[in-house]
This record gives sequence, C-alpha cells and structure tokens, in this order.
Amino acid sequence: MSLVAIALNRFGLGARPADAAPADPRGWLLGQISRFDPRPAVITALPDAAAMTLQYRQNLAQLRRQGVVGARRPGDPEPPKGPEAEAMANAAQRERRQAFAQAYGGQVGARLMLSLTSVTPFAERLVHFWANHFAISTDKLATATMGGPLEFEAIRPHIGGRFADMLLAVTRHPGMQFYLDQAQSIGPNSVLGEAARRRNAPRQPGLNENLAREILELHTLGAGNYTQVDVAGLARALTGWSIGGFVRRPLGVAAPDGQFVFQPNWHEPGSVTVAGRPYRQNGEAQALAILNDLALNPLTARRLALKLARHFVADAPPPALVDRMAAAYLASGGQLPALYRALIEAPEAWAAPLAKFKTPWDWLVSSLRALGRENVPPQQAIGALRELGQPVWRPGSPAGWEDDAARWAAPDALLRRVEIASRIAAPLAASIDARSLAPRILPGTLSPATAAAIARAESPAEGLALLLVAPEFLRR
Amino acid sequence: MINRRSLLAALAGGFTLTPHLALAAAGTDQRLVFIILRGAMDGLAAIPAIGDARLSQLRGSLAQPPEQFGAMLKLTSDFVAHPALKGFAGLFAAGEAGVVHAIASPYRERSHFDAQNILETGGNAAYALKDGWLNRLLPLLPAAPPPVAIAATLPALLRGAAPTTSFAPSRLPDASASLKARVAALYENDALLHRLWSEAMATEMMAGANDGGAGNPQGLATSAARLLADPAGPRIAVLDLGGWDTHAGQALRLGNQLRQLDGVITTLKQGLGPAWANTLVIAATEFGRTVAANGTGGTDHGTASAALLAGGRLQGGPAAGRVLGDWPGLSRLFDDRDLMPTTSLNSLFAGAVAGLFGLDPDLVTRRVFAAAPAPPLALIRA
Repeated sequence: MSLVAIALNRFGLGARPADAAPADPRGWLLGQISRFDPRPAVITALPDAAAMTLQYRQNLAQLRRQGVVGARRPGDPEPPKGPEAEAMANAAQRERRQAFAQAYGGQVGARLMLSLTSVTPFAERLVHFWANHFAISTDKLATATMGGPLEFEAIRPHIGGRFADMLLAVTRHPGMQFYLDQAQSIGPNSVLGEAARRRNAPRQPGLNENLAREILELHTLGAGNYTQVDVAGLARALTGWSIGGFVRRPLGVAAPDGQFVFQPNWHEPGSVTVAGRPYRQNGEAQALAILNDLALNPLTARRLALKLARHFVADAPPPALVDRMAAAYLASGGQLPALYRALIEAPEAWAAPLAKFKTPWDWLVSSLRALGRENVPPQQAIGALRELGQPVWRPGSPAGWEDDAARWAAPDALLRRVEIASRIAAPLAASIDARSLAPRILPGTLSPATAAAIARAESPAEGLALLLVAPEFLRR
Repeated sequence: MINRRSLLAALAGGFTLTPHLALAAAGTDQRLVFIILRGAMDGLAAIPAIGDARLSQLRGSLAQPPEQFGAMLKLTSDFVAHPALKGFAGLFAAGEAGVVHAIASPYRERSHFDAQNILETGGNAAYALKDGWLNRLLPLLPAAPPPVAIAATLPALLRGAAPTTSFAPSRLPDASASLKARVAALYENDALLHRLWSEAMATEMMAGANDGGAGNPQGLATSAARLLADPAGPRIAVLDLGGWDTHAGQALRLGNQLRQLDGVITTLKQGLGPAWANTLVIAATEFGRTVAANGTGGTDHGTASAALLAGGRLQGGPAAGRVLGDWPGLSRLFDDRDLMPTTSLNSLFAGAVAGLFGLDPDLVTRRVFAAAPAPPLALIRA
C-alpha cells in the first residue's frame, strides 16, 4: 500500500480526482495544521451561537405564552384556548420547525462544503474527531441549532493549540452549557442560594452535576477514573458558569445573549477536591484551574491518545503507539500538534492494513470527493446520512458516535451504502470512467479483483457504484 | 414519515420531477420511444435463426429456452422469437413490429462502457463525442416539449445542447439486481463483507422486498406512455433497461429479462391508445454475445445482436412483420466467436428517425451521425 494512499484516504477525507499526489505524505499532513483556516467565509456567513440563543429564547417565550411548555407563574396571563389559538400555535410550530431546519441545513451544508473542497483534509478530519469527542446532540430544543456553532466556534479555532483551551472553549459554549444543563446550575450556598433560603422561595436553586460528570467521564479522565467526590467538586466549582440572556434568575450580572458569563452571585463558595487535588480559588478561577489540570492529567493524555489512534489506525490500536502519543502530549504541556506528530511519525500508523471501516460520514464524503462533487444540496446529504444511520451532530448522547467497525459494519447499513452509491454514481456515469478513476482514488490499494469487477460492470453507472462500495473503498 | 426510497431518489440529484416544462402544442404528432438494453442482450436467444443448424451445435442446451416459457414463436420461415416475447410476436404478425438482425455499432471491442457510449453518442470511438445522437437530432425536429428520460438521470443518449428532461416515478427501483449480484461477487473473498452482504440479502428476501429484477420496468413504461399520450406532452421518451449481461445461468435470467421487455412494449401500446398508430419503439443494445455457450451456462461479450422495432407507425412499411438485415450465417464468425455484424446501428437509427419524422435521411446522417455515417435503412412507409 502506498504512503500516498494512506495519507489521502486514512488520514484525509479521501482522494479527489484533481488532487496531485503529495510528494512528502507525512509533511503534507503535518503542514495542514498551520495552513488550516478555522474561520472560512462559509462559516462566518452563518448565524452564530449568540444569534441561535436569542432565537431559542424567543421560541421558548412563545411556547410559554401558548401554554405548551413551563409551569405558569403567578401573574402570567391565562394561555389562549380554542380552535383559533390552536391553529395559531400550530402555525407557530411549523414556522419554528422551518427555522430549525433552515439553520441546521445551513450548518450541515457548510461542514459538507468544507469537507468536499478542503485543501487541509487531515485538519478537517481532526475537526470532526474533536467535535465528536465533545459531542452534543441536536435533538433537544435548546441545542437544535447548536451543533454547527459549537464545532465552528469552540472546536475549529483550537485543533492546532492546547487541549486545555479547547476544553475551556467547549465548556463555556452555549451549545454544551444548554445540552448538559450547566447554565442554570447554582450553588446552594451562593449569594443567590442564601437569598432564596431566607425568602423561603418556592423553588430553591441547586446544583446540576450533568456537565461536571461528563467532563470527567467523556472529555478528560474517562470512565472508571473518577469518583462521585470528583463530580461533586467540579460541579460546585462550575456553578456560576452560565450564558447571558438565558437564565431568569435574580442577582445575575447582565450579559449579552448567548455569551458566556460568570455569575459571581451564583457561585458556590469554598474549596473543592478533584482528582486528589485541593482547589481553594474563589470564583471563576477555581473551575479554570481544575479544567487546566484535568487537561494535563496522564489519564486524560492516555484517553485522548487512545481515541485518536483508534480513529485513524485501528479499532484496537497498538498499545506502544498509544503510549508514545500520550507521552509526547504530556511532554509538550498538552499541545495537540504533539499528539498528531507522534501519530503521523509512528511506523504503525502507516504499516497496518486497511483496518478502519469508514463511518457513514467519512464514506459519503469520500464518495462525493472521489466523484469530484464540490456542491451537494444539504438536504440530500442530510437525508442520506439519516438513512446511513449517522445524522450530523445528532448522536443522541454526549458520548458521541462510536468509532469502531462493530458499530457501522452491519447488513442493512451495507445495503444502504450500495443503494446510495448507485444513486450518486448514476448522474455522473456519463462523464466519469470508473476504470481510470479507480487507480487514481485508490493508488496502490486498488485490488485486481475490484479493478476487474469495475471493468466488467454492465454499465458505467454500475462500475462507478462498484468502486464506491469496493472493500478497499469502504475501509481506510 | 419520510419515505426512504423517495429520499434516495432525491439524492441522485439534478433531475426535475415534472416533465411538463413547456406546454406549447407539439409541432409533430409522431412519437419515438427508445429503449436502451444495457448489458448486451443476446440477439441470438431473443430472435434465434431457426434455420441455422450451427446454433444448436454451438449453444447446446442453451439453444432451447426452458420449458416453463413455452414453445418458440414463429416469426418468418428463418426466424423465431423467444417464447417470452409473446406480445412482440403478436405485434409482428399484425405488421406492428419488426427486427433488424446481425446489427452492431462501429465498436469492435467488448467493453460495456465504451460500447454503450458509442451506441448513445453515435460516434465511432468511445467518449469522442460529448453529446448523444438523440440530442443532435432535436434541432431538425418541429418544436415540441423536451424529450424525457424515464429515469432519475439523463442517459448519454439525450445529453447535449438541446433541452431535455427526465422524469422519475415516485418509486424508483433500488440498487438493481445486477449491481447486487456484482457486489456479492466483489465481497466473496472478504470475510466480513461477505457475511454482512449475505445477511442483508437474506433479510431482503424474507421481507419480500426483492422483486428479482431491475425494479419495475412496466411502471416506467406506464409513465412513458402517459407522458407521450398527452397531446401537449413530449414526443420522445427514453427508457433504460439493465440486466442483460448474462454470463451465467442465462436460460432463466434472459427469459425473465425478455418477458419484462415484452411487458414494456405491450404496456406502451396499451398506454398510448390511439397515439400508438403514430409511434415507433426502438430497443437496441450495445453489442451481442458469443454464439457458443460458456462454462457457466451463459454467454460472454460478443459483437452483433438484434434490434427490435415496434409501433403502429411500422404498418405497411418495409419493416412491418419482417426480419431485416443481411443474415451472415453462423459458419463464419467474427473473431471466430461472435455473430458477424452486417448492419450498422446508425443505419437503423438514421433511417428510423428520418422515416418517422419525415426528414431527409441524408440530412439526418450528415447532422446527427457525421462521426460514423452509414446508409440509412428504409423502415417506414413515406
């Protein structure tokens, strides 16, 4: 297998017919981190998290007025009733759905367009990897349109920097704050908590441990590597980390819609212990210090190394490779490029056979790239990915999508790939000769059996479809 | 819930769901249906030369269709039709069908891709021409709504500068039986994929989703007939029928294929109603198959095949109830294996469209088939 094929297909998003083969595959990959554009125009043109937060807040207010969500508070007007009100509510719901679909479509479209046209495909793969590491799911009202903004604002700018900075950016982002209920986590002994107790308020504010637990289990140390003491400590330290314009609570400082804000009056005072270390800081600095230490914890280093090696090399990557990657990460002070460099420089990463079964996203993107498509209507891609079982930013859990063949290589899933290959190949069969395309897309990996099957295909469309579902194209 | 198939169909992209783009009355009442038989139809099995003893010598048991299809249908003293072509044989007897035998494009090699490209572009080398010959014909015809391909996408035959369109019935066939068979072969030596694919196929069989063929060709024919029958509708339709590449188990597969083709032709007649009188149907394939059977109960890529013609427009003309073309016999074979081609497909195409639309055959040859000109066949009464 050629190094070029590995660079293009295993580490990239798949070869495109027009791409020149990189002369120095390792250098080509590593160079992409500095060439990568975190804020391309196609992204800056989209509404950001702040705009989406405002929209969400307006939707929520409308739903409350219509009596669809939330308990009525004293003094709230009676929600309208009767067929007319119902019709209005239905119309409003249709409008909301359309607005969601439009925003989601725009975001998926941008991600797809970048993936199909990128000259730094390895860097884009890293974006997708980290977005899945810090997964949110858009099947919640509050996060329905946050998948794109989280990836664009908290992941992309940090793939070439310190992991701690990415962790911080994600933890502060409205997408993650809403998804894991952080924005309204309030210390029972905070200024607000004390005030509520004195007033004997009907709803006493309290802690929400959701984000703290997932930071420990999913984003840093990993399952089995933390205790409930750690969860409680980090949850207390995170109180007051919130989003402007979202939470209707007294004693808060004003902040623009959708922007991270630290609310000192909601913060639980006192020191906490996380992963065996005491943190005596006051206010925002406390969780900042914890996150920074978690990012540099050897358990985190190992976990990140294992996940990254599993993503690129094999479902069960060689332990020696994982060890070297983790060591390089720690030695660099938590720099992500050190992790990437250890991976790219490892002989194991280039020697292995085609061990990874592509995820639906990787398969669809590499198929479209192989056909030279640069523009695909987002709704078509969204439909295809739903059919293939991997709707973008909708894994249904903060754990993200699984990253092994056991999850993706299934009978029906394979049949759907064949069907979709047949559909996307058909319109291009008159202009693309699969026989000459195959060796360019799979340099050094195209098997004689596949080449023969393509040449013997009944029609150009069939030949092209066979290329896209060939064993060596389904894997990388 | 969103229908999976409609989504998949939409993914194919770039096609319009309504062919009624232009509603101006068509300037001609003649109708042309072109059926592309992709995969190389065995002309010697569809229209066997009963008088040629070499056929059964070379083919052995493959020369005789399986009993379930019935007896061969007599066309002329020298030719019969495969028993699956019942409707076609009936039309033949009524002077509404004909055959051109030992016909081939100028292509003399054996790649499906290259041969189909030449069949559709009318050129003499694969990929030398960028547009399809039917598209080049359009400027010579009176104004009419754009020709329509009954498919999700436009075949090369219709591509080019003149506007054309495509129409996909809401339920397009999923991946064809042919593609599925080839995928199965491709996965044979891959333990994981072989297991997954076998399970997927078994499940599909149990669910009854496997229609055993390339979708539902009759449905495509119904759509085509409905569009063409409309007085303000298109005048030209193209249908794509795959599944003819019968390297193995030919007897049963080809019988089923021919039955489908027969169903398409009779469905067209039914659906077109009175417009059938002004209709010509051409069914042509990229090349024929070897005269001898191979070791797997099938035939391999060959050279000359047969083209089938049908339609009320054939009545009273030179092709009505006739098998045209110089029969070369089977004692001398092309490359010692294939039926020798004696007529060019471009002769058939040029003669057919000139006759149908009342054009000067030489003009059609010059404008449409300049890359591989061949003397136009007279097929239709003036």
